[in-house]
Amino acid sequence: MTLLDIALFGQTAVLMGTPLLLAALGEILTEKAGHMNLGVEGMMLAGAAAGFIAGFYTNSPALAFAAAGAAGAAGALIYAVLTVSLRANQIVTGFVLTIFLSGVANFVGSDLGNSTLGDGFTSVGDGGSFFSSIPFFGPVLFEQSRYVHFSLIMAAAVWIYLNKTSPGLSLRMVGENPSSADAAGIPVTFYKYSHILAGGFLCGAGGACLTLVIVKRWQESATAGMGWIAIALVIFAAWGPLKAVFGAYLFGALRGLSFKIQNAPISIGGRSLSVPAQILDLLPYIMTVVALILITLGKKRENQPPRSLGKPYFREER
Amino acid sequence: MRKDIFVSFLSVIISTVLIFGALGELKAANAELKPIAKEDIKAAFIYGSPVGKEGYAFAHDKGRRALEQLGYKATALEGIPETTQFEKSVRDLIEQGYNVIYATSFGYGRYVERLADQYPNVYFNHATGDVTKTNLATYMGRLYQSQYLAGIAAALKTKSDKIGYVVSFPIPEVVSQVNAFTLGARSVNPKAVVEVKWTNSWYDPVAESGAGLELVNTGSDVIMAYLDTMSAQIAAAEKGAFAIGCSSSGAEALPKAYLTAPIFDWAKFYTADIERVVKGTWKGEFQFFGLESGVVEIDALTDNNADSAREAVQKAHDAIASGLLDVFAGEIKDNAGKVRVEAGRSLTDEQILTLDWFVEGVVGSIK
Repeated sequence: MTLLDIALFGQTAVLMGTPLLLAALGEILTEKAGHMNLGVEGMMLAGAAAGFIAGFYTNSPALAFAAAGAAGAAGALIYAVLTVSLRANQIVTGFVLTIFLSGVANFVGSDLGNSTLGDGFTSVGDGGSFFSSIPFFGPVLFEQSRYVHFSLIMAAAVWIYLNKTSPGLSLRMVGENPSSADAAGIPVTFYKYSHILAGGFLCGAGGACLTLVIVKRWQESATAGMGWIAIALVIFAAWGPLKAVFGAYLFGALRGLSFKIQNAPISIGGRSLSVPAQILDLLPYIMTVVALILITLGKKRENQPPRSLGKPYFREER
Repeated sequence: MRKDIFVSFLSVIISTVLIFGALGELKAANAELKPIAKEDIKAAFIYGSPVGKEGYAFAHDKGRRALEQLGYKATALEGIPETTQFEKSVRDLIEQGYNVIYATSFGYGRYVERLADQYPNVYFNHATGDVTKTNLATYMGRLYQSQYLAGIAAALKTKSDKIGYVVSFPIPEVVSQVNAFTLGARSVNPKAVVEVKWTNSWYDPVAESGAGLELVNTGSDVIMAYLDTMSAQIAAAEKGAFAIGCSSSGAEALPKAYLTAPIFDWAKFYTADIERVVKGTWKGEFQFFGLESGVVEIDALTDNNADSAREAVQKAHDAIASGLLDVFAGEIKDNAGKVRVEAGRSLTDEQILTLDWFVEGVVGSIK
């Protein structure tokens, strides 16, 4: 295997990990505000459909991106009204949101089954630039879609926002202890709404990455369970945006690895070992469970979930 | 005491009457299938995946729409899983008066068999099935013959002598497609190899894209997939590979990469079959249609093909349709080098439908 082979493998892994990364970043923002939104799969699918429809009719990648994010945010708005203002059960609301948005997305997308995107979408790669000539990292990180670059920038931005800025600190406080935040004069409801909506926007963008970059076509239920892996990724990354980058590319690489080893069994000490693809497919979930156990055992404070995650906040109950 | 004896006597009589009555009814129901007048026909098509705009279910649905155009009542259920949900859906249909059922997925098999026993007056048709009854017919196309032709087009196009083939599950139907494709490819280019990647699903666009990219990254320059969508080919075409479609044309989706596709023309079968129901000549038999029938075909070759492809494909097409060329005629070795079909012999239909080994030239294994 040459360096180029490894680089091409890495390129696929990063591409496959990007929708996961975007959705996971969105879910991190949402959970940091104390809300567990299990509607990620639905919001991704809504973004996938809206992005494709907008891209198909306007032929503009920018408008497609905006439409996808708006669709995800619109889904998140439903969730926010129900769980923040009406204090509905967050788990149930999230599930219902996934089922509802999957239906809507498959309905509005059903007429675009065989449609192809215009020329605006064909050259998503950044080949030929100065950066893409860097060995290994060129093809892996730079000869990629803009969505890959956007997701990496967002990961860094979310990390800085959460850890180095004052609104980020307020947000974490809302997620940890909303009554104290309220007492400190932080507008709790505003923080919850804005971050749930921003989370929805990123989930929608992740979905658009699927239909506009990876599959390049609207397919019914195109996400095929990616939203759930994204939620697992949030736990795997212990709510950290930078760890999520690592986790997303690891999960993406596992997906590519199952194709790689089909015809080239791994040999350890002269004995060839063939790993069934199904085992590789369930590795992300096993790793998430292991990560969760380690987080619980480790008791490291920054790795813990936000303390008020999943709990509705009543000001009167302070 | 006397009263007790009287009651048991009475109950014996009643149950005897009931049992004989039921048997009589069963016998009446077992009477021969009756022809159905054209206006009374209510046909139902059941698909395992959404119809969409391409692929397997779409190809069958074209047949259904042809029936509608001829004035028949024909409905469709899409995305029905191969579980008891299928059985329940069909029961509902029959209760609504549907009397001709086309079950298009192999996995519906055992449910179709059970339903055929329970509803002897209903015409059951099971695509790619293996069990027939008086009211249960199976039908399938020798798509492998078209695959052989597509293999020729692919092998004349490839520069790297490596063709990628994305497939779902290691079942005989899939294996026979890959084998025929490879035999066709190597009939014009003995150096060509066909590398297989499994997605372990009939419908997983993201996995298909991943498999397509992996194949291109490892040197294949023509990509084929025996799946419902063209995700693998679309992802690969982005990196400059050429594409062979499956079940329906990809000319619109991939104008610069699309070569051709093995396709079905199910309308030919469905219109003839429903006429047999009307005329009373329908039989619960095993039907296997080849290139000669027109039910399986190869899509018109695009200008992306190698110059010699059109002629070579046409020649092979005519030879197969006229019976001069048998795709699975010996000598055929498997991809471990063992002779599986001796010279002068050829695979029987039964052997084709139970294939569990890849021919020489296929890179990949059946797990």
